[in-house]
Amino acid sequence: MGIDEDMERVTLDHGSGGLAARELVRRLFVARLDNPLLAPLEDSAVLPPIGGRLAFTTDSYVVDPLFFPGGDIGLLAVNGTVNDLAMRGARPLALSLGMILEEGLEMEILARVADSIAAAAERAGVPVVTGDTKVVPRGAADKMFINTSGVGVIADGVEISPRRLQGGDAVILSASMGDHGITVLAARAELGFSGTELKSDTAALHRMTAAVIARFPGAVHALRDPTRGGVATALCELAAAGGLELEIDEIAIPLRPPVRAAGELLGIDPFFLANEGSCIMVVEAADAADVVAELRRHPEGGQAAVIGRVKSGEPGRVVLHTAVGGRRRLRPLTGDPLPRIC
Amino acid sequence: MKPADVYRDPERVRRLAARLAATVHRPLRFMEVCGTHTVNLFRFGLRAMLPPELEVVSGPGCPVCVTAAVDIDTCLAAAAHPEVEFATFGDLVRVPGSCGTLADLRARGARVTVVHSPAAAVALARAEPGRLVVFAGIGFETTAPLTAAAIVQAAALALDNFCVLSFHKRMPPIIDRVLGAGHRLDGLLCPGHVAAIAGRRAFAPLAEVYGLPGVIGGFEPADIMLALVRLAELAGRGAAAVENGYPRAVAENGNPAAQALTDRVFIPADAPWRGFGTVPGSGLVPREEFARFDARRRLDLTPRKMGSTGMEPAAAAVSEPAGCRCGDVVAGRCRPPDCGHFGRRCTSTAPVGPCMVSAEGSCAAWFRYGNDGE
Ligand code: SF4
Repeated sequence: MGIDEDMERVTLDHGSGGLAARELVRRLFVARLDNPLLAPLEDSAVLPPIGGRLAFTTDSYVVDPLFFPGGDIGLLAVNGTVNDLAMRGARPLALSLGMILEEGLEMEILARVADSIAAAAERAGVPVVTGDTKVVPRGAADKMFINTSGVGVIADGVEISPRRLQGGDAVILSASMGDHGITVLAARAELGFSGTELKSDTAALHRMTAAVIARFPGAVHALRDPTRGGVATALCELAAAGGLELEIDEIAIPLRPPVRAAGELLGIDPFFLANEGSCIMVVEAADAADVVAELRRHPEGGQAAVIGRVKSGEPGRVVLHTAVGGRRRLRPLTGDPLPRIC
Repeated sequence: MKPADVYRDPERVRRLAARLAATVHRPLRFMEVCGTHTVNLFRFGLRAMLPPELEVVSGPGCPVCVTAAVDIDTCLAAAAHPEVEFATFGDLVRVPGSCGTLADLRARGARVTVVHSPAAAVALARAEPGRLVVFAGIGFETTAPLTAAAIVQAAALALDNFCVLSFHKRMPPIIDRVLGAGHRLDGLLCPGHVAAIAGRRAFAPLAEVYGLPGVIGGFEPADIMLALVRLAELAGRGAAAVENGYPRAVAENGNPAAQALTDRVFIPADAPWRGFGTVPGSGLVPREEFARFDARRRLDLTPRKMGSTGMEPAAAAVSEPAGCRCGDVVAGRCRPPDCGHFGRRCTSTAPVGPCMVSAEGSCAAWFRYGNDGE
C-alpha cells in the first residue's frame, strides 16, 4: 500500500514496521530531512570521529496544543535538544527523532510538524540522522509525542558547570522571561483567554552561547536554560548545584508587559513560566558587561541583562530583591505544575 | 506610568514603608483575612519591609483552608455517585478529607473535573446531559454571586443535571467569632475583594462592637502598605474606626446588585469551619425556591470510607490530618513554621493540610516565599 500525504489520517499500519510505515517515513521525513547520514536508513546512523568530549542528551515533547503562536511541537523538539547541548558548552552535531502518533491524526498536521522539524534543523545546522515512528491506538496518546536526542562535542578547555560558580560572579538572563509558558497556556481554549501579543520565544541558542564562550574563554562558568519550572527553578538548581547563594534583582529582569499582564490575569507568577529561547549565564563579574553586549548582538539575546550575582551564603538559597524594594525567597516550582507546556 | 504601575512604584512603596516604621512605636499585631493579602505580602517582598515590632498574622481568609474536613468528606461522598461529574476549582482536588482526597477518588475512577468558574460548570452540564454535574461552591461574598448567577442561569435553562454543593461562607460571622473569643489583635486589615461586594459598612461592627481599628486594603504593594500605615496610625491613637483604604474599588454599600443576586439564591445557614467549629449563620445554602439545584437535597451525602475501587458504604469518623495545625493557622493562633510538619513532611509538593494545598494558604505562602525564620 502506498502512502500519499493527501491520505487523510495516520492509521495503525503506519507504525507497523511494514510497507506503509516505510513509505510514511520516506515521504514525510526522509524527503524533508534529507542528509547523507540519514539517507541509508540503517539501524544506526554512523557519525564521523569527533575531536573532543561527547555530550549526549534527550528530551520528550508533549506540548498541548501542538501549534501555538511563535512555534509548534516540532520546533520545540529541535530547539530544546539543541539548547540542552549548548548549555554544556557543546557544539551540537546530530539529532535523533522519535515520534509517537495517535491513530487518526490528520496527515496534514503530521506534514506541518515534519516541515517545521526540517526547517528548524536546517536553521540550526544540526541534521536529524536517525529516527523512529510508532502509532498507538486512538486514546493511547494525545495526537503526537516527540522525543529527540542529541549528541554534541565539547571543545578542549571548555568546562561549563554549576560547580564552577564563585562568589561575586554575575548572573545574566539572555531574553525576556515567561514568553513561551504564558503563550501555550493562553492558547489553551479551556482558560478562555486570548492574548494577541503573546508569542513563544522558542529558538536555538547554540550559536549565541558558542560566540560568548569563544570570546570570553574561561569566563563562562555555568549555563542553564530555564525551561520547565521557569527562571525561579533554574536559579534554584544552579544555586543548589553550585553550593552557593544567588541574589536576584527583580527590577533588572526583562519581562514583556503582555506577559506580565497575562500572568496576573491567569494568576501565574512569571518566575515559574517556561522559557524555550533564553538562557541563564553565570560569568565572571569583570566580564559581565561585555558578555551582555555580545549577547545583545544576537537576535536571541537582544534583551540580555545582568539580573543578579552569586554570593557565598546559604548553599542553594536564592533571594529576590523585589521590584518594589522588598525581599523574599525564590523557590523551585512545586505543586500545581503547569502541565504539558513543552 | 500605567495605572497599575503607580501602585508598584518602588519610591512610593519605600516612602510608605518609612512612614510605617515611623508610626509603629510599640508591638502591634494585625490580622489579614484574605488569601490575596497573605500571598502578596510575601510575593512582593513586603514582609521584609515591615518594622520588626509589627506582626501581621493570617486569619480565616483562605476559602479552601477554612473548609472543614467534614465538608471534604461530603465532596467525596458526592463525587462517588456513579452518575455524578464533580466540578471544582483545582485546589480542592488535593485537600485531604478523613480518608483521602478527590484526586485519590478520581484515580479510582470517579469523574472529577477542574473548572475555572461556576459558569464553566453550567456549560459542562449542558454538554453532558447524561451526567449530573455537581459544582463545589466555595468562597466568600466575592464568589457567592458568581455561583448564584450560575444557579439562576441553570434555572432559566431548566437544566435538570446541574446542582451546587455550597460551602460558601460569609465574612462578618467569622470575624465575630475571631474577635469574640479573646483575641490579641490591634487591628484588622480588611479584605478589598469582599468589601467591594459587601461594602465598607459590613466591617463597621469591628469598631462599633469590638472597639478595634480596621482598614480596607487593596492588593497592590502600595495599597497594602498604605492600609498598614493607616491601621498603625489608628492603632497608635487608640481610635476605633473602619476606614476605606481602597476607594477605587470599594463603596460604602458595596455592590448592591451582587448582594441582591446572592440574597435571591442563598440563605444564611450554620456552617462548619476548620479551626472554629460550627459558626451560626456563617454559611450560604440555596433557598427553597432553588432546592433542585442543591446537591445536599438531591444526593445521599452520608460520609463513607474510601476503598480500593471507590467509596465504600462503611461510615468513617471525621478526622483531620494527624499533626496538621491548619485549624490554628487559619485562626491566627500559630504561624505555619510552628507546625511540626512544616517544610518537613508537609511541602507544596506533598501537602499534608489545606493551608499548604491552596495557593492562597498561609503555609503555602510561607513555604514558597518565606525566608525560613523570617
Ligand atoms: S504545615 Fe502542613 S501540616 Fe502544618 S499546618 Fe500547615 S498545612 Fe497543616
